[in-house]
Amino acid sequence: MLKQTIENLGHSTLQSVWRIGFAARFFVVMLLHSGTAFRRFGLTIREMYFTGVLSLVIILVSGLFVGMVLGLQGYETLQTYGSEEALGILVALSLVRELGPVVAALLFASRAGSAITAEIGLMKATEQLSAMEMMAVDPIARVVAPRFWAGVISMPLLAALFSAMGIFGGYLVGVQLIGVDEGAFWSQMKSAVDFDQDILNGVIKSVVFGVAITTIALFEGYDAPPTAEGVSGATTRTVVTSSLAVLALDFVLTAFMFRGLN
Amino acid sequence: MSNDNLVEIEDVVFGYGARPVLKGINLTARRGQVIAIMGSSGCGKTTLLRLIGGQVRARQGTVRVAGASVGELDAAGLYRLRRKMGMLFQFGALFTDISVFDNVAFQLREHTDLPEDTIRDLVLMKLHAVGLRGAAQLMPAELSGGMARRVALARAIALDPMLVMYDEPFAGLDPISLGVTGNLIRRLTDTLGLTSLVVTHDVQESLKIVDYVYFVSEGVIVAEGTAAEIRASGLPYVHQFVHGEADGPVPFHYPAPSYADDLRLGGVRA
Amino acid sequence: MNKTVLDLWVGLFVIAGIVALLFLALKVGSMSAIKPGESYEVVARFDNIGGLKPRAPVKSAGVVVGRVADIRFDNETYEAAVTLRVDKRYAFPKDTSAAIMTSGLLGEQYIGLEAGGDSETLKDRDQIFLTQSAVVLENLIGQFIYGKAQEGPTQ
Repeated sequence: MLKQTIENLGHSTLQSVWRIGFAARFFVVMLLHSGTAFRRFGLTIREMYFTGVLSLVIILVSGLFVGMVLGLQGYETLQTYGSEEALGILVALSLVRELGPVVAALLFASRAGSAITAEIGLMKATEQLSAMEMMAVDPIARVVAPRFWAGVISMPLLAALFSAMGIFGGYLVGVQLIGVDEGAFWSQMKSAVDFDQDILNGVIKSVVFGVAITTIALFEGYDAPPTAEGVSGATTRTVVTSSLAVLALDFVLTAFMFRGLN
Repeated sequence: MSNDNLVEIEDVVFGYGARPVLKGINLTARRGQVIAIMGSSGCGKTTLLRLIGGQVRARQGTVRVAGASVGELDAAGLYRLRRKMGMLFQFGALFTDISVFDNVAFQLREHTDLPEDTIRDLVLMKLHAVGLRGAAQLMPAELSGGMARRVALARAIALDPMLVMYDEPFAGLDPISLGVTGNLIRRLTDTLGLTSLVVTHDVQESLKIVDYVYFVSEGVIVAEGTAAEIRASGLPYVHQFVHGEADGPVPFHYPAPSYADDLRLGGVRA
Repeated sequence: MNKTVLDLWVGLFVIAGIVALLFLALKVGSMSAIKPGESYEVVARFDNIGGLKPRAPVKSAGVVVGRVADIRFDNETYEAAVTLRVDKRYAFPKDTSAAIMTSGLLGEQYIGLEAGGDSETLKDRDQIFLTQSAVVLENLIGQFIYGKAQEGPTQ
């Protein structure tokens, strides 16, 4: 019984190490075959439509609401200390540093990541990738790499839109609805938010998240067993794995970036 | 070997993992012929096509296409060779996100610098050859199974290949589409000077159109001959296959321990 | 989907994204980090810096003229060596004094520069000798209580 349990543990450990190895090799091959994605940028633009433009609505609406909630909650807390003017700082810093990149990435993983996995998985299951190979077209270069770069380019833009929309939401609630002084809201925000430390780091985070999510999504799709259960399982794994990866990476990045600051 | 042979397979051994699939296959395809590879499901016919296309490599033996040993080519050489091959997948494997026209134009756009006008003419010619010029603007989802198969055929011959491989071209087609597809394979082979390699288990339909037949069973070639020879063959396996009998050399039962043992009747039987 | 429509949408998306980034860069954040080429560094030593943090503002007459670049503990003098990065546009006399101040009772701490009367000005890597440490609230309260106790009971 105990032996069986240990054997199972060993088996699943080996299995996951294999998969990580395969994923790493997949990542390298994908980078090496990225030439086409840039030489024929139309392919990447096409994918940016599916990953970026189609994620816009959910990103903008969520950003607005998250910002509005931050405005409300932040005001409640700040007014206890008589520093409502700091609302702008609270909203902007939370969004730019953390919520913007992270929440946008989580939404991106479930909106675009799952779609990528399902699409690649189905292309594999219906032998479209095999057919492409037989037509002397490398599916990694033609199908996978453009999707990867589209995701990596779209992610920081989506995160920036999320943050901007959120700050607007915070402004709507804080200034227009509750009546925090507009000048104080913007000037305090401007003096506290630093371009390098806060905004640039947020952008770097979202690029890293973009790389992680699209790699996971593409690998899961490419690796999916060519059956209905295989593709659906892979889609689920994409959302779960990439969400966890985003949160874990966020912790690591935050620890490095904001070490030594307050 | 004469230069007349486009595909030459010698003593090829192949397996997935520990499971052997092909155990020493010899096969040749002369230029301009339609060759059928028949055998029961799961006997390694599709694997044979994948070996010829270089998607998998043989463990032993050589696969030569137009004189080049497929197993020894590097990636670039393989891709050059594949441009001269067309393959029709079991269910067409059309790209579902682009139209019929774009599917057929795919290779022309990927591999040539032809102007869009020329591509348009070429695509319409290929579609006309399979009788689907009118369907150029449809999406693959709007096609019936037989039409999808024909579009895939038009796509496979888009670059005027020397060899076209068909993986189960007759599977799941109604009798009319079946006849249409069969005739199309024969006609295209003759008019375009192709060599066709048809993997199938549809005996009646394929015997009408092929020049030569190989029977594969348990990873080896068990019979070969022209259509007439096969029809007249007295070999038990071929007889069973051609006439579709349930039991014979190809057993109805998957290999298993004795039925009695499985039902725990061992003690009683003694 | 029509290719031009698709291109248009992606173009709009990219423009919107860049506008959002610009909004964040210009309206929300500020380029507070003064570039090394447009500033000079001076060092001020304090007995106690209180709660001063890197990137705290350096102000003179209430106007921000620079930022705290670095805070280090000097193990020889047991003092805090604070590096100030001051904008090149502002020149200060050599005998300028630096003090650690607090904005409001509990607000953030910053460094206030009070100009002296010397004709020579501070250069890169110079030191400010006249410094005044942070006021530590606990010490202040301690002194107050001690002073009250000294006065003795008033009858």
